Amino acid sequence: MTALLEIKGLHAEISGGRKIIQGLDLTVNKGEIHAIMGPNGAGKSTLSYVLAGKPGYEITAGEVYLNGEDLLAMSADERAAKGVFLAFQYPLEIPGVATLTFLRAAFNAQRKARGEEELSSPDLIKRVREIAKTLNIDSEMLKRPLNVGFSGGEKKRNETLQMALLQPSLCVLDETDSGLDIDALKVVANGVNALRSAERGMIVITHYQRLLDYIVPDIVHVFAAGRIVRTGGADLARELEATGYAQYQSEAA
Amino acid sequence: MGVAIRKTKAELGLADLYQGARRYLPGGEEITAVRAAAFDRFSAVGLPHRRVEAWRYTDLRTQMKEAKRLASLPDDAAKAKAREAKDLFAGAGFRKLVIVDGAFVPELSDLAGLEPGLTIQPMADALAADKPLLSQRLGAIVPDDDPALALNTALAANGVVILVAPGTALSRPIHVAFVTTNWVATSMFTRSLVNIGAGAGATIVESHQGPDGSEYQVNTAMQLVVGDEARIDHIKVVSEGGSALHIGSLLANIGARATFNQLGFVAGGSLVRNQLFVRLAGEGTVADIRGGSLLSGTQHADTTLSIEHAAENGQSRETFKAVVGDTARAVFQGKITVAPGAQKTDAKMMSRALLLSDEAEADSKPELEIFADDVQCGHGTTTGAIDDELLFYLMARGIPPAEAKALLIQAFIGEIIEGAANESVRDALTGALLGWLGRRE
Repeated sequence: MTALLEIKGLHAEISGGRKIIQGLDLTVNKGEIHAIMGPNGAGKSTLSYVLAGKPGYEITAGEVYLNGEDLLAMSADERAAKGVFLAFQYPLEIPGVATLTFLRAAFNAQRKARGEEELSSPDLIKRVREIAKTLNIDSEMLKRPLNVGFSGGEKKRNETLQMALLQPSLCVLDETDSGLDIDALKVVANGVNALRSAERGMIVITHYQRLLDYIVPDIVHVFAAGRIVRTGGADLARELEATGYAQYQSEAA
Repeated sequence: MGVAIRKTKAELGLADLYQGARRYLPGGEEITAVRAAAFDRFSAVGLPHRRVEAWRYTDLRTQMKEAKRLASLPDDAAKAKAREAKDLFAGAGFRKLVIVDGAFVPELSDLAGLEPGLTIQPMADALAADKPLLSQRLGAIVPDDDPALALNTALAANGVVILVAPGTALSRPIHVAFVTTNWVATSMFTRSLVNIGAGAGATIVESHQGPDGSEYQVNTAMQLVVGDEARIDHIKVVSEGGSALHIGSLLANIGARATFNQLGFVAGGSLVRNQLFVRLAGEGTVADIRGGSLLSGTQHADTTLSIEHAAENGQSRETFKAVVGDTARAVFQGKITVAPGAQKTDAKMMSRALLLSDEAEADSKPELEIFADDVQCGHGTTTGAIDDELLFYLMARGIPPAEAKALLIQAFIGEIIEGAANESVRDALTGALLGWLGRRE
């Protein structure tokens, strides 16, 4: 069976800058949730950007396949249409673009790219409202410019809403817990858990174990100095909470 | 004075136009004298060039190679073309007045059932009658040291006069459509006057359009005289043909405790100069002045605003945005003057340019001239490219780059469009924006 995501010997650096990812191997199968934990500066966010196709990073070695297709050859929008979704650590504010307008543009662009029929506005609005309800997102918020003036919690719920609407096959959650209080965290985690399925894989990137109490991973990786230094089960996260990352940082160095 | 500068071909051509036309241009003795004085003022300085501060970025002497002959009165074919011309405001239910090749055409205009208090008249008739109001207006409030405006005063043959009696609130907007139909390039000088009485209210939309490929020349001026406690919404859309020269002047004199909303939108023309001379003459007046330019190819669009706070407690907001692609160039010059005694003036000006290519250019020159000591005035300017982070965010959601850029451009210019209080106007401007984005693809 083809893996959902296969990363082989990946090396990446900021264009013209320092090396960030240094020999990463990772396989994510459908139905699995992988947590990537590590100290600040380990390259966790870079990994999420490299997977999503953000310009400004240079892949110096290695390969990445999504369902057997060469992911690195695709632009960011093509990757999204193929099912990659990055939930941003810091979702961007776009004044002048209503949230609903943005959702419609994204949803229909992906459909178009896959040769599927676009959804009519009333149908789309209905679908968005249903999801919004489960995430305690007020329908007034959908009319507001994207993320403008949203609280940290509102932004993360909005990311979750997008994920639920777009139904990606690979979700990459970058520090989804940052800036969230415990109530907001629960709402977001419930939204994410609702998306767990045998057809979908997830990579949950986090510094803290807290998030993993709510989104329980199948596999936990410790990521330090640009590569995976240890892999274990869900209990590894709790162990890390007790011991910290110091031992891995010295090992990697 | 220094060395006499040799007159350019265009200047000689303009002198010929005036000499040839002055005997039959509409106007009695008084108007004729105003015209002669205006032409003398133009003649003394000639076409403005870059050493004239107000025209620093738009060197008309270099850019205007010749003066096209004056447009002849529209024949049936021209009127038919005007009738079929695309109308951004079609279906909005506005009262439409049509100016074809510089001439007011009553049979294309909706003059039926004028609301009580509303008077509409061709400018040519008003000039011929030598109305004192017009001769005063033509000569007086106008800062006629501007050479382009002086030319307009000298040569304006027609346009429209709209009078709204005091206390009359017009709910139906008036759309003055200036349509050029000639493929053979000509020049058109039009002058219009809108007089809004005290406590009255009106929405006036001006649109300017013409054929692509024709190097026609438009010099148009609109005077707004707005009484105390009146409200005026004035929207001007320039979607001239791709080779056209458009010089437009807005002269606004606003009374006390009035509301003045002005919105200029440029999405056409080869060389566009939009100049606004605004005087907030009475105390406590609120003005919102916005402008949006969408430029591509080799277009050059210059918006030059001069606003004077002449009385106390006035508030004004000036917001100008330009989207500039290819090798186009956007110019914004904005000057806020606060007269002595205009205390508690609150004025804020902002201009922003979004550059879509490395060769695109935006020039911005804000100025404050303050002669009162208890005021709040400020200005800001930004110029930048499309934000890569925002672009990535949209692309990461599956939106292809061209569409993502279009969305960001819409968002950028949306702030200008939202300034229009009338929904049909906002829809029309959004339509113009989408048309422009579509042509870029």
